[in-house]
Amino acid sequence: MGLPDGHASTLPDDLSTEGQAPVQRPRPRSLAEAARRARTGAPAGERTLPVSSALTDLLPDGLRRGSSVGLAGPGARSLALALIAEATATGSWAAVVDEPDLGLAAAAEAGVALARLAVVGLPDQRQWGAVVAALIGGLDLILVAPRRSVRAADARRLAARARERGSVLIRIGGAARPAWPDSPDLELTLADAIWEGPEDGYGRLRCRRAEVVATGRGRNARERRAVLLLPDVRGVPSLP
Amino acid sequence: MSDSSDPVPRTLVVRCPDWPLTALGVVPDEPALVLAAGRVAAASEAARAAGVARGQRRREAQGRCPGVVVLERDEAAEARRFEPVAAALEDITPWVEVSRPGACAFGVRGPLRLLGGEASLLVRTAEVVEAVLDAAIGSVHPGCRLGIADGRFAADLAAREAAAGVAGSIVVPGGDSPAFLAPQPVGVLGRPDLADVLVRLGLATLGAFAALSVGDVVGRFGAEGQAAQRLAAGLDGIPPQVRRPPPDLAVAVDLDPPVDRIDRVAFAARALAEQLHDDLRGRGLACTRVVVEAETEHGERLARCWRDEGVLGASALADRVRWQLEGWLHGPPPVRPTAGLVRLTLVPDEVVPATGHQAGFWGGASAADERAVRALARVVGLLGEGSVRLPEWRGGRDPSDQLVLVPLTGRVGEAMSGASTPQADVQPWPGVLPPPSPAAVHVDPAPAALLDDRGRLVRVDGRGVLSAPPVTLRIRQGGQVSVAAWAGPWPVDERWWDPLRHRRRVRLQVVADDGVARLLMLEAGRWRVAATYD
Repeated sequence: MGLPDGHASTLPDDLSTEGQAPVQRPRPRSLAEAARRARTGAPAGERTLPVSSALTDLLPDGLRRGSSVGLAGPGARSLALALIAEATATGSWAAVVDEPDLGLAAAAEAGVALARLAVVGLPDQRQWGAVVAALIGGLDLILVAPRRSVRAADARRLAARARERGSVLIRIGGAARPAWPDSPDLELTLADAIWEGPEDGYGRLRCRRAEVVATGRGRNARERRAVLLLPDVRGVPSLP
Repeated sequence: MSDSSDPVPRTLVVRCPDWPLTALGVVPDEPALVLAAGRVAAASEAARAAGVARGQRRREAQGRCPGVVVLERDEAAEARRFEPVAAALEDITPWVEVSRPGACAFGVRGPLRLLGGEASLLVRTAEVVEAVLDAAIGSVHPGCRLGIADGRFAADLAAREAAAGVAGSIVVPGGDSPAFLAPQPVGVLGRPDLADVLVRLGLATLGAFAALSVGDVVGRFGAEGQAAQRLAAGLDGIPPQVRRPPPDLAVAVDLDPPVDRIDRVAFAARALAEQLHDDLRGRGLACTRVVVEAETEHGERLARCWRDEGVLGASALADRVRWQLEGWLHGPPPVRPTAGLVRLTLVPDEVVPATGHQAGFWGGASAADERAVRALARVVGLLGEGSVRLPEWRGGRDPSDQLVLVPLTGRVGEAMSGASTPQADVQPWPGVLPPPSPAAVHVDPAPAALLDDRGRLVRVDGRGVLSAPPVTLRIRQGGQVSVAAWAGPWPVDERWWDPLRHRRRVRLQVVADDGVARLLMLEAGRWRVAATYD
């Protein structure tokens, strides 16, 4: 490595070796998956967006276009990245609105195609509705985390627009974020999650074993549960 | 370069230094900085003296200058405060061209006849600008910098190097512009990609670049390279085949009812700018100078000329129109019209053949890309340049460094083909934290205290050893949690040879009893929550 741009010391062995390629897209596991990835631009007529194989137990039909997904509590951002990874890898665009904290390195590791991830800053909160409305229809996946409470009329208008244009609105909630006036079509939460890896000063974070619960309305009314590694040791959401 | 058919017009450039700060009422000896998209966009003299520089992050700047006042950039205020300056300069010449709030230019030939000589023109210009600034901002302001040279580009550089007042102004004698430009670094061309290549070719100055044969430059760098070389040679940047625009290129919109507030006209203005851009594009033209005209209910006619060295893309046009309306409608009484606007017209005053170096908001690969890029362009129109950004791989040791966000400009095609994932032969970053990376990297890391079993702050010694096992984590505005498990510490010492950019820090992964894993960073004796493994 010639002249290093600085130096680090006292790193455990696994850090210095595994750290060589920090962001790596997962290798496609089957020929069908590889073919799906190579194809760019999902046909507009398709009713669902693909999700990664780890999520198929929770979303057997994929991500239905025009629907809304609510993510709340710890792990909301990891779930959001897991949800959009496969779709962006197969040609869909995603935008994240006014959520500057979203980890881009984690997104790359989860398999999100960063070339199709737009990060939208919001200098003026009053423009939130107009910006999200402009993105719906143009982009397939829109991640929102409003800082102000959304008015019921706005929520209805955005939901109707998303249904009409086939975009998926992913709402990232949290303790500091206000609640939405209505409940989403599908809600994903982490039931219990355990980080594995670190002990008292030894090792490092390796993976989080978490049970994900999917509830919702309509065809999602039946509760589904699945244990996932979110993320696993490569940063990819996968089955244990 | 010898085809200087037309003499380059002699130009005076007026620059108000640190305008983003001056417009917010900051006096020069107050340490202050203006942030745009999380980075320092401008810093006051006092802050610069303490080591604050453009492009730094907020945390870095605050580390250099702890007492610095941090302000958010307010482009509307910049436009509003600058319009009176441009209006006052119309006493000297009607041909004032504004390039952005804080800088404008005019040809000196006309006013010279009135005022006698360049010296008296400088005196008069300085008087006019200072009088306006005194009235608008107060008696303490950085004043203006003036430069005169053949051609606007050379005059702009002269003004950039000038000191305050008439005495500090730089006048490049007629015919000396090429000699004045020759020793300047290629970076001043404002084209970072081109400058990067030129420097690697060993062409570090404008003089060296200008000495290349035109054919070679066009062959290697295309039309954009040719325009840049003309600038470097002291010629006008626009290629010679500038056409007089046909009059029917002007676009107008009638406003009914008359409007007197920007929020009511902003949407129409943006649509008008896009229409102008699309019309020109349809004819294979691009615009470098645009006149924004407005008529009021009382029959007043307002006009202001905006110009840019490069061509004005759709969003750049929309920005100019918005700034101008901001200046007229919300400016101080002398420039504010007495009635609402009834008509808004955009006249493309100077057009050049579109050479494709600014590829508008199209050029996506697939239908989905095109749809997405169009929607994102609309958002850029709503929120302004720089609001939509795409990640680009850069490399680094911390989750916050590995990817940077680059603004989506007109060049979506480039952005899409850009390297957003590391190449296979990317150099390793020793000391990088391995995957999984945190899903939440905090833009504003919360201060925290990591305490041992006796309530003392946990420290890390010079060899990277913790003073005691951490037991409690106290986060400002986030309560207190117990440490269930932890890993590290991993120290990093970066750029130790560079006193300004040297960074030394220690990272520690902590899993708390609430099940949340966090990445803590110790820098300059303070713990912060840098990221959360959300």
